[in-house]
Amino acid sequence: MLQVEGLSVRFRHRHGAIMAVEDVSLDVQRGEIHGLVGESGAGKSTIGAAIMGLLPAAGEIASGTLTLGETDLRGLSPAQAHQLRGKRISMIFQDPQTSLNPLMTIEAQLIETIRAHEDISVDAARARAIALLEEIGIANAATRIRAWPHQFSGGMRQRVVIALSLCTGPDLIIADEPTTALDVAVQAQVLDLIQRLARTRGVGFILITHDIGVIAQVADRVTVLRGGRVVEQGPTAQVLGRPRQPYTRALMAAVPPLDQKLDRFRLPQVEGEAPAQTGAAQEAGDWLKAGDDRTAGPALDLSGITVRFQGERQGLFAKPAEFVALDGVSLSIRPGTVMGLVGESGSGKSTLAKVIAALVQPSAGDMRLDRVILPPMRSRARGHPSRRQVQMVFQDPYSSLNSRHRVIDILTEPLWLYGLEPNAARRDRLARSMLALVGLTPDAADRYPHQFSGGQRQRIAVARALLSRPGLLLCDEPTSALDVSIQAQILNLLKDMQGRFGLTTLFISHNLAVVRQMSDDIAVLKDGRLVETGPSEAFFAGPVADYSRDLLAQTPTVRFDQDAIPTGTEV
Amino acid sequence: MPERGRMAGLIRSEGLWLFTRSPAAILAAVVAVLIVAGAALAPWIAPTDPYDLASFSLMDGLLPPAWQDGGNPRFLLGTDDQGRDMLSSILFGARLSLSIAATAMAIALVLGVGLGLAAGYLGGRFDAVVMRIADVQLALPAILTALLIDGIARGVLPRDLHDDLRIAVITLAIALSLWVNFARTARASVFVERNKDYVQAAIMMGQHPVRIMLRHILPNIVGPLLVIATVDLASAILLEATLSFLGVGLPADSPSLGTLIRIGMQFLLSGEWWILWIPTIFLVVLVVAINLLGDFLRDLFNPGQR
Repeated sequence: MLQVEGLSVRFRHRHGAIMAVEDVSLDVQRGEIHGLVGESGAGKSTIGAAIMGLLPAAGEIASGTLTLGETDLRGLSPAQAHQLRGKRISMIFQDPQTSLNPLMTIEAQLIETIRAHEDISVDAARARAIALLEEIGIANAATRIRAWPHQFSGGMRQRVVIALSLCTGPDLIIADEPTTALDVAVQAQVLDLIQRLARTRGVGFILITHDIGVIAQVADRVTVLRGGRVVEQGPTAQVLGRPRQPYTRALMAAVPPLDQKLDRFRLPQVEGEAPAQTGAAQEAGDWLKAGDDRTAGPALDLSGITVRFQGERQGLFAKPAEFVALDGVSLSIRPGTVMGLVGESGSGKSTLAKVIAALVQPSAGDMRLDRVILPPMRSRARGHPSRRQVQMVFQDPYSSLNSRHRVIDILTEPLWLYGLEPNAARRDRLARSMLALVGLTPDAADRYPHQFSGGQRQRIAVARALLSRPGLLLCDEPTSALDVSIQAQILNLLKDMQGRFGLTTLFISHNLAVVRQMSDDIAVLKDGRLVETGPSEAFFAGPVADYSRDLLAQTPTVRFDQDAIPTGTEV
Repeated sequence: MPERGRMAGLIRSEGLWLFTRSPAAILAAVVAVLIVAGAALAPWIAPTDPYDLASFSLMDGLLPPAWQDGGNPRFLLGTDDQGRDMLSSILFGARLSLSIAATAMAIALVLGVGLGLAAGYLGGRFDAVVMRIADVQLALPAILTALLIDGIARGVLPRDLHDDLRIAVITLAIALSLWVNFARTARASVFVERNKDYVQAAIMMGQHPVRIMLRHILPNIVGPLLVIATVDLASAILLEATLSFLGVGLPADSPSLGTLIRIGMQFLLSGEWWILWIPTIFLVVLVVAINLLGDFLRDLFNPGQR
């Protein structure tokens, strides 16, 4: 039905032009889900935009043909292309928070879309809209259709977006990362829905994703992209079952398995990143170990941690309702071990890390670091020893480093601040050596954060945390903003550092498979309450709480045989 | 080596590239640089010294510009009724106007950014008090503030001291009517930056609040502040000209651009057009050039509006 032949897309910029997509061919049949998978910059979304005719102003189709049925998509006038969009090709975007108009009811948005393409009465359009909502699994559609987008959860909203894309009966739907912003449980439901719609309605889907697990679950055919070129293409079972290209294998090797714990991810050497163990890193390694004679970090004990936030005011004179973010959470991390903390978005994972880091004031509970009281935010003095001992690696490496400071200034700051190294020249040397330890070249020191990729920035963030010579490391979703292969590298790095320097670690993630790779113990949070805690391997073998069991069951299990994946040299 | 790297970085930088593509910005920059250079070098390049009473003579009074009938090539832009060379008066006037405006802008910048940073970062009562003062300030027109301060200074200071301090009074008056812009912009930007992880990281490490404000947040909010500074420089020049025009600014013996325009007003209907129009056009060109530069900077820091 859709045929793309030799598509190349060029982006012009001030130094000339770059080819974002080169010579890509693919076809999508009715009722087929075609997965486009690749890491950031692979050109996935650009292909989708080219098919939609929605390339940004700087982009243009350099060559190739695009045909939908009998229609030549390149030959359309802007007005014809506009007619075609929505009518025959629809799109589902990543973030359901922003793809619905918050000022229009669901009803108004559906009716508007239907009537934009078909000349039917409002009542007929409403009947069609209600039928659609029922089809995509929204109960009581007749009443709920009058709701506003904010009254729906993220997963429901994404369903509504899908209903919007369906309401004109298109032949092709381009879904650009449709589940990336959703929790695992909801992701499974949305993927099921997409699969059902493809089967029952005969709609062709192009499913754009960075997550090879999503592809494995629903795609019939898959195209693996890298740097704008097709690496491998074919039926999903064949491509993922017997990958022929090293890149496909590497992509699969980087996916953390849920059903086993790997010592470390086996990855091919990545260009531009120095091997972790070099002479240059020796100094930083020795310095970290020289801090004190203990071999393991401190024990952390939390008891009854409760955090209440002031909620929204319901009326002018009503007292604002309280929102309980954490409700009596007690847990202990043994010295030198990794505690994995999992839960859905909004379960209070990050809040807990912030309470420990003194960024959020708990309303009750106490914390002890090696049995010594750890004061909460308001009473923790700036000079308190725990300021140095407790360090954090943040989720978003794009905002956790000050973009106006050079890397060397970012790294030497803790050394200076905590008085760890009085000599400026030696601070400088240590920082450079630390860069080598986290696998960056020492010349990285003189550059600014924006000159690095996400993974490299996260390495810098880890280096900064280590330069405080911490005992307790808080990692708040340190890899969720990164591509899988980069995620695997950062997880390897964190594992190495944790093991080598005996750091007590709290590792937060929404991804159970990632947590399994990292943790010795595990704690599950739901709506601010601790549901279950215990040794990690026992948890994955047989969780006790119902909620944990659900969580595990809903996590997509993509089983790539790790041993069958031959990779290049090990890092 | 690092110097070369920085130069290369500048040449390759987005800003310079956009600059070369914007004829308005180039023209504005050239005009602004010429005027500022002319003003700064006035004592050396001006044909005569308008402050030196001995250097001009009533005999040369009311000569039209050199290109008109009866013009004298010695006085390129003509002379006023006292026989002062208009070109020299304008150069010296611009020198005075620009230095008052720049000083006032600098005071407003330091005061406004300091208060705005602290208000945004500390929040709470301090924020409330500072911003209410800012609201009150904003409710008063700039001219009124300036007149008020000038009036108070007249009342409080003895007459001769007030005359000596006139420049200081007018500078302060302008600064006080401009600081609010800086404070509000700085505060709004701090609100955005404060929740970013790099600030959270600094707070977590236990860094001193002053260090966090100045070393971590300030460098990240200079963009919008720079835009305000440019636009406010133009406002400051206009404000000074207005005050001088109204007679509360600088006296006739040390004429700024506004004073020159006030003097020129007397000749508006008498045929000696150059005495009024040349300083007026000069002032307009200067302000437009600075505003164009400000617009360019605003576009540069708001890529969304490009």
